[in-house]
Amino acid sequence: MVHLSWYMTVSAILFSMGIFGFLTRRNLIMMLLCIELMLNAINLNLVAISHYMEDIRGQVLVFFIIAVAAAEAAIGLGLIVTLFRNVKSVHTEDLTSLKG
Amino acid sequence: MVYLLFFYFSIVVIGLAYKVITARNPVHGVLTMLALFFHMAGFYLLLNAEFLAAVQIIVYCGAILVLYLFVLFLVDIKSEVKTGPFIKKGVKLAILSSVLLLLAFLRGVKNFTLGPHGHFTIARVKEMTHTKAIGQEVFTTYILPFEIAGLILLVAVIGGLALAKKETGGEEG
Repeated sequence: MVHLSWYMTVSAILFSMGIFGFLTRRNLIMMLLCIELMLNAINLNLVAISHYMEDIRGQVLVFFIIAVAAAEAAIGLGLIVTLFRNVKSVHTEDLTSLKG
Repeated sequence: MVYLLFFYFSIVVIGLAYKVITARNPVHGVLTMLALFFHMAGFYLLLNAEFLAAVQIIVYCGAILVLYLFVLFLVDIKSEVKTGPFIKKGVKLAILSSVLLLLAFLRGVKNFTLGPHGHFTIARVKEMTHTKAIGQEVFTTYILPFEIAGLILLVAVIGGLALAKKETGGEEG
């Protein structure tokens, strides 16, 4: 039997990699993709704990997280398309209109 | 066998995640993410969550990543390939903070204790099938969050349309 803490370790590593990618990528689309990576890490954690607790609530929560992730991707990518139309760039260093 | 599958999935998932966050070309990053999502579905199968594995493949691989690919074709990604994927300042700081966060998580994992067991034992879920078990919970105990999720998706559809629509006259664009 695979121990629960192994799943949680994999999930923690994935989440930290998502954080690193979110902090360092220049491209806004890749930043959104890193958010998806973090959401997947959390989903793995929830499914594993739910399986080992012999309860199904965690998996129901994963179902809702996937729905919210789909909504988030649609809105975020819509924002990026609008941004590209106005600024002609999707890189973070070009978004300096608040700099004065 | 389960050990073997677990180690295969974890090594592949972590390796693919590394490829995603360092991919120079965003299209390659998105396609690597596709393989990663399939392996996450494999994890769910290992954990007896067949319905979630199917939802993962249908929603993430089928819908969300296709959306990402379409948007990548709409924007200009040539300069990314030339100048590199990372920001110029603060990469070391980001590595430090994510490693510290990982250590904090691992400490949490070490001290984690499981709560009391629920009613859905593995044998019971296998007997009534996973889809039926999760459907029963969603449509009885969690009916209100289910409706709210539907509303969120409706707002996302309308918002996505309104955001991506070209402005024609009227306001300044």
